[in-house]
Amino acid sequence: MITLSSVTKTFGDDANSVRALDDVSLAVERGEIFGVIGQSGAGKSTLIRTVNLLERPDSGTVTVADRELTALSDRDLLQARREIGMVFQQFNLLDSRTVRGNVELALEIVGVSRRERTTRTNEILELVGLEHKAQQYPAQLSGGQKQRVGIARALASRPRVLLSDEATSALDPETTDSILQLLRRLNKELGLTILLITHEMDVVKSICDSAALMSGGRILEQGRLVDLLTQPGSQLARGLFPLGELPEGNSTVIDVTFVGLSSARPVVAQLARTHQLDVGLIGAAMETIGGAQSGRTRLELPGTIEQHTAAINDLRAQGLVVEIVRSGR
Amino acid sequence: MIDSNAPGFWPQLFETLLKATGETLYQVGVTMLITLIIGLALGTLLVVTDRGGILERPFGSKVAGRIINAVTQTVVNLGRSIPFIILMIALIPFTRLLLGSAFGVSAAIVPLTVAAIPFYARIVEISLREVNEGLVEAGHSLGATRWQLVSKVIIPEAVPGLIRGYTTTVVSIVNYSAIVGAIGGGGLGDVAIRYGHQRYSVIHIVAVIIVLVAIVQIVQVVGARLANRMSHR
Repeated sequence: MITLSSVTKTFGDDANSVRALDDVSLAVERGEIFGVIGQSGAGKSTLIRTVNLLERPDSGTVTVADRELTALSDRDLLQARREIGMVFQQFNLLDSRTVRGNVELALEIVGVSRRERTTRTNEILELVGLEHKAQQYPAQLSGGQKQRVGIARALASRPRVLLSDEATSALDPETTDSILQLLRRLNKELGLTILLITHEMDVVKSICDSAALMSGGRILEQGRLVDLLTQPGSQLARGLFPLGELPEGNSTVIDVTFVGLSSARPVVAQLARTHQLDVGLIGAAMETIGGAQSGRTRLELPGTIEQHTAAINDLRAQGLVVEIVRSGR
Repeated sequence: MIDSNAPGFWPQLFETLLKATGETLYQVGVTMLITLIIGLALGTLLVVTDRGGILERPFGSKVAGRIINAVTQTVVNLGRSIPFIILMIALIPFTRLLLGSAFGVSAAIVPLTVAAIPFYARIVEISLREVNEGLVEAGHSLGATRWQLVSKVIIPEAVPGLIRGYTTTVVSIVNYSAIVGAIGGGGLGDVAIRYGHQRYSVIHIVAVIIVLVAIVQIVQVVGARLANRMSHR
């Protein structure tokens, strides 16, 4: 649905330029929620702004819904943008318009007749749960309500893609959660493809199907969360399941990841029983990620890794992903 | 010297003031109407053709944008830098060319307008620049054309500031309209000079001052009320 191919963007002049996007390629599938995570300054904001060409890349192509935006004329680009909704961290609502007026703005721009605007606005306000606030001004609303207006405005002209630029970063945790649930619901009910950027792993954890990790203008890894979890060395997986520091000493440390049905397996007990191992539990976490029950445990085993080949093979044979974090001596 | 005890003094004063006030209001009214349109257009042009503005490259040419911006800047600065009394005299040939006469109540509208437009254009510029950049970005994301951005986002959001600035401009022009009285522009300034200055009538001076203060007060109060009502922050 959204494809970025070798996108590059540099800001500033030659002397002190910043490469905000460095050969970035990204593929977002139809109907999924894709999260781009990274620290501030990683280039996330520039990335999402290139998708609707608020920021024109220096090189590379941007394709949304089978249309190559980077090849469009200015006029066609306006048309294309109307099919891509966007919500912002600071909401960016017009103070001079009521809630209804803000949503109608999107329809006025597209050229929808007055009668249709009213009908569509009622419909979309109901969808985001703000039908009773239609006549209020943004200044009278809470942050969460403002973001709902932002979402309603972005979706008024029925786009198939929604871009979310840190939509929940200005909100408190509870409100964040309700906005994320709303996005999830819209994704399911409308078949909406959502690309979001965030600096919070919790956002990725709670609603994303896929994710990409960004740093220094580059994408370090990307993919479906369920795949990333079972991918050895994945930094995203480590971020999703923070397991704490490595213990002191010379022991062997392994991470065992379960995705899906095997998550309830009593691994520690099994290792102890079948292989007579003294297993130390360093950390464990269970989450529903990308729609699947998943868990990860970090285990400490005595001795060197070679002594445990049989046990590790045994775990792998059961479909568990075993990653050797440290080999003992 | 005018004798205030002479019969018919007060009715005459009243009649003179009424006529003069009408003239002043007419001058200021027409001036401000023209100023609203042209000042708003020039001020908007200053903002949109600036670097990073939404009309940075009119007709796809960055050079055209720079030129339009520079010309507009110069015109506005020129108008703002000439003292009104000098501007008024310098414009006499132009006014004559335009209206056939350089003196009179209507003719005074020309220098008043020339002074008011750059004044208001600057105020418009300042108000529009205060509109949050994020709103323009939201407009872009909705696929707004440049005209839609100006007419549906930037100007409506700036309305309270535009009204307050307009009020300030009206007050200045009321002030200037008294000055045009000095070169036969009629109005309250004319009364103050002909009766007050040349014929030593303190009562006329005081009466003119009272009327001017009242006009300014009313404009200020109405402007502030209107601006507050339009502000929903």
